[in-house]
Amino acid sequence: MNKYLAPLWQYRGFIVASVVREFQLKHRSSILGSVWSILNPLSMIVIYTVIFSQIMKAKLPGVESIYGYSVYLCAGIIFWGLFAEMMARFQTLFLDNGNILKKLNFPRLTLPIIIILSSLLNVSIILGIFFIFLLFTGQFPTSSILAVMPVLLVQLIFTVGLGMSLSILNVFFRDIGQFFTIIVQFWFWLTPIVYPIKILPDAIQKILLTWNPIAPLMSAYQTIFVYATMPKWDSLLIPLLAGLLLCIFGLSLYLKHSADIVDEL
Amino acid sequence: MALIDVSNITKSYKVYPSPWARFKEWFLPNANVEHKIKCVIKGVSFTVGEGESVGIIGLNGAGKSTLLKMITGTTKPTAGSIKLAGKVVALLELGMGFHPDFTGRQNIFMAGQLLGMTQKQLEQWMPEIEAFAEIGDYIDQPVRVYSSGMQMRLAFSLATIKRPAILIIDEALSVGDAYFQHKSFERIRQFREKGTTLLIVSHDKAAIQTLCDRAILLDDGIVAMEGAPEHVMDFYNAMIAEHENETVTFNKTDSGKTQTVSGTGEVTIHKAQLLNQSGEIIELADVGQKVRLSIDINVEENINELVLGYVIKDRLGLPVYGTNTHHLKQTLQGLTKSERIHYEFDFDLNLGEGNYSIAIAAHTSDTHLDKNYQWQDLAYVFNVININKQPFVGVTWLPPTMRCRRG
Repeated sequence: MNKYLAPLWQYRGFIVASVVREFQLKHRSSILGSVWSILNPLSMIVIYTVIFSQIMKAKLPGVESIYGYSVYLCAGIIFWGLFAEMMARFQTLFLDNGNILKKLNFPRLTLPIIIILSSLLNVSIILGIFFIFLLFTGQFPTSSILAVMPVLLVQLIFTVGLGMSLSILNVFFRDIGQFFTIIVQFWFWLTPIVYPIKILPDAIQKILLTWNPIAPLMSAYQTIFVYATMPKWDSLLIPLLAGLLLCIFGLSLYLKHSADIVDEL
Repeated sequence: MALIDVSNITKSYKVYPSPWARFKEWFLPNANVEHKIKCVIKGVSFTVGEGESVGIIGLNGAGKSTLLKMITGTTKPTAGSIKLAGKVVALLELGMGFHPDFTGRQNIFMAGQLLGMTQKQLEQWMPEIEAFAEIGDYIDQPVRVYSSGMQMRLAFSLATIKRPAILIIDEALSVGDAYFQHKSFERIRQFREKGTTLLIVSHDKAAIQTLCDRAILLDDGIVAMEGAPEHVMDFYNAMIAEHENETVTFNKTDSGKTQTVSGTGEVTIHKAQLLNQSGEIIELADVGQKVRLSIDINVEENINELVLGYVIKDRLGLPVYGTNTHHLKQTLQGLTKSERIHYEFDFDLNLGEGNYSIAIAAHTSDTHLDKNYQWQDLAYVFNVININKQPFVGVTWLPPTMRCRRG
């Protein structure tokens, strides 16, 4: 284990610098710079709030607040966005870095860590704006907010497991990347993010919560933010197990094929 | 003590007929094995001691770059082991990790950390890196406004800021302008004097002979020969002569130049070779050596007149010497289709050290401008080195007889 972790610690400077550089790169040559990082999520929140709570007067069953649906949407979309962003980047992890992987010898594990950290940085900015919105509208779920941490941890385990497996497979079978891009679109609508899960028939609810590991995660976030209550912890068991299995699968793929990855790039 | 210990390594790739075949083999338990094993390194062993400098030569595809990648650790050998005692710096890909939108200074920190240096070390070394690169105020400009030479200067300064135990140098090491090239070679020489082990990979025989204590010839994935650079070079020349056809292609692709063949095609230049006195094809010649330029011509259509000319050009493409059969008073008349003509030009190769090419033209009258049957640039490429003459500079060998009087 130390064989993998010690070089990572040695390369911590590189990891941090890469995350900072990515953030800066996004806003190079723009006048407002990192303000755009704030404006984008802000506009998303404003649009959902105006359209759903003001114009369409959409209400969630069992929620009094006019902002209920907007909070529901934002909670889902923010964390789905994190999942989708990380997956998109993981898929092409080796392909994007082919050049340096082929020519420089450095700890490969730095690359997924850079993805995780820089995605977390992005999502934390969006969450910051979301929290301010919640505070202003008096919706801030003070009693349940800390529950986000374990749910996020499970989501990260699942994403990293799936992402690493796909990133390795995508080196050898480029179809995987194409295929998964389509899958993600279906996956989004097969997850109760835009619609409440309650509108589905009971049987389908059960199928989704059992076979779609992202569904219980999203539902947990929605419970935390909309209802300000603790999520059902046992519902996280499936995504956690799925995540751990995928991590093991990804790791075994990596151990078996890591030598061939560079040759294939 | 061996700083580089390469012990019986092999490298093979699985070549699948299709991605589908790989998929089946990976995921279907009873699938037939459809892949073929392609072996590029077949059991190579050698050691390089402390302070030694070793050159690795070989044709394209001999496995040099694969070997190098395994030594630097970007790819792993299929079998065998490589032990390295000490820090390796590879001058293979200078400027890796540079991003055009960031300044030179920012890129130094980024690329330096990718090379395993720490922020603190880089801060400390920064003035030294800046001073060596000599790019002035450009250090705080985005790298995209740099000339390629400036980028190389900065990258070289960064990579070589501290003397490594092992330095791996790629053949394509040409860092910026002549002044900086000199400066960078000076630094490499200093490293060597202080005990850095050098591993140089090159096609350039002159470089190997001047820099290395020992040479290893790699051919088709095995060590074909190991020993004193001169001996290995002789063997290499002989080996090239054996498969001559490959020689020509090899030279052209390697120099990165493209050959120009033009003309109306009534006459084609079949073969052009430089031979030594025993009639062997040579690529490496000594200053003043007696050589023969042998050219074979095919006549494709009936023509009235044929003049053959050649020009020897230096590495910059400047003509050093050229003549033709018109000036040599041997113009041929009345040629018939499918006739073959063999020309031989004997001369002393009174050229200075360097890389030269020969362009050949078949035409009428005194220049190829009139009626050009065929013109071939880079028809032959060769190197001249100085083995036994007094050292001199320049592209020609003009030895003086000297007198001097005092008082």
